[in-house]
Amino acid sequence: MRSPRRPGPGVLLLGAAVALVLLGPSLWPMPHSAMDLDALNAPASLAHPMGTDQLGRDLVARLIAGGRVSLAVALAAALVGTGIGLAIGIAAGMSRRLDAPLMRLTDIFLCLPLLPLLLIAASLFRAPLAAALGPEAGIFTLITLSIGATSWMGTARVLRAEVRSLMQREFIAAARLAGIGPAQMVLHHILPNVASALSVSAALAAASAILMESALSFLGLGFPPDLPSWGRLIYEGTPHLGTYPGRALWPGAMIAATVIGITCLGDALRNLAAPR
Amino acid sequence: MRFHALRRLAMALPTLLVISVLIFALLELAPGDPMAQLPASIPEQVRADMRAALGLDRGAPVRYLLWLRQMLVVEPSVALDGLLGTNLATGSPRILSLQTRAPVMSLIAQRLPQTLVVVGLAYVIGTAAAVALGVWSAARQGTALDRAGTAIAAMGYGLPPYFTAAVLIYIFAIWLGWLPTVYDTTHRVTGWDSAAVQIRQMILPVAVLSLQTTAQITRYTRAAMLDALGQEYIRTARAKGLPRRRVLLDHALRNSWVATLTVIALGAPQVFAGAIITEQIFGVNGIGQLLIQSLHAGDLPVVQTVTMLIAVLIVLANLAADLIIARIDPRPEHA
Repeated sequence: MRSPRRPGPGVLLLGAAVALVLLGPSLWPMPHSAMDLDALNAPASLAHPMGTDQLGRDLVARLIAGGRVSLAVALAAALVGTGIGLAIGIAAGMSRRLDAPLMRLTDIFLCLPLLPLLLIAASLFRAPLAAALGPEAGIFTLITLSIGATSWMGTARVLRAEVRSLMQREFIAAARLAGIGPAQMVLHHILPNVASALSVSAALAAASAILMESALSFLGLGFPPDLPSWGRLIYEGTPHLGTYPGRALWPGAMIAATVIGITCLGDALRNLAAPR
Repeated sequence: MRFHALRRLAMALPTLLVISVLIFALLELAPGDPMAQLPASIPEQVRADMRAALGLDRGAPVRYLLWLRQMLVVEPSVALDGLLGTNLATGSPRILSLQTRAPVMSLIAQRLPQTLVVVGLAYVIGTAAAVALGVWSAARQGTALDRAGTAIAAMGYGLPPYFTAAVLIYIFAIWLGWLPTVYDTTHRVTGWDSAAVQIRQMILPVAVLSLQTTAQITRYTRAAMLDALGQEYIRTARAKGLPRRRVLLDHALRNSWVATLTVIALGAPQVFAGAIITEQIFGVNGIGQLLIQSLHAGDLPVVQTVTMLIAVLIVLANLAADLIIARIDPRPEHA
């Protein structure tokens, strides 16, 4: 068996994708929206290692820029989603009064048709948020908030179960006898003990956020062309699949590598927390 | 058993009501006016009359109740009229599409068969493959075969459908040229040759959708099988000399059915939502494409009704999963 502390191939894959996206702009400083009108639809060359699109924009630069958007969405949406899930899970686990209504709410959210609702939100609230916050910040806020607000249910259920079993333990009773208030209790006794479960659900939430964002962008209801995400690049590349297959296949491969990497990271975190 | 079923049904109804309020509120909160596209030269009085004719002059709660009445009373009685030849629904306004002025339900009825054929077939194939793969890899736990199966399942989860579709289209439709890239819904099956064309054009969309289903369900089947295989009754069955195959299928699989069937029932409506993407790629003019087109055109009655329909399917699937468990699991807490 492999030692659980050594990263597996999936985690290395994720590391490579993240490194490419973070270090990319310094290694390949070409702006992603610069149009090289002498090289429309150019094949791979030294100036453009993956070629250019129909507007002469460099594909490597767009792939890196798309990765920054996709990973930023994943991070922000996972923070929002796990944040809501954490709050609801702890509240339901600690308070008997809140438990039943909060879990009913979770069940109802689990019954929602998420993709259609996200599509509705992304198409109807796009213009007002873009007007209020600026086109780029507006669409980013809209997508991260709506993905975050619909992805907390798994975290809430897992954390509720964890917190409920923690509340039976003796050190919690001791802390209660010592007169510690609920805020201190959560901060010093609950959070450290649910940290591993939380990190596993955060990893899963990030993976599904990437998939959800790219689905929205793929349907043309996500990011605009001057702020491309990987999903947007697939949307732009799919019509040219017959002539320039790389345009859709490379961003797709990056999404797949990142999501599989994050899932493996989640498994590795779970094994670290509870070695079999 | 009957009491349990009634209680679950009683819990499903409020859930559906809350979901319908949420969907209505989301569309209500969104800015945008169905009259915005009209020319500015229309006098204020005419504009107000048009708003009244569309029912837009009334408050949101009234319009919500009217929509609910259309969904619950008018549309079912139209369906009854069609079936039995009665005229229960004469004169009641139906839910109309803003784009085509046709009743939304007849738009849905036109689109549903295409979705059901592709999605339904993909789900059947996907679950069958998932159960086979799950049983197989659990029986050979830890071997290279098991690890390959688990890896395929993990890959299928991580590969988004638009990526697998792009790869499959590139390989089979463009590179090898064996299959068409686009699903032709006007194609009619009249004989063997046209049936062959129909099968060929269904292969890619069904493959993409069933790969996703397989990836999601295999993990649960394998886990449930491993759970069952670790039980004492398996050792007993082995010890009394039953062949491996019978132990696997009659004892382990039978006991892992509860978990597996739950996942299968719960996953069914989600595939409908997932089909939105697949329909868009292959040009299947099903429910998903109707939703996307209506969203782009701002046709809110269609969007509202299709979303609600998917929500109803999800709640029904939850109910079905509960009832199936209660039926096949003899332990008393479900009875």
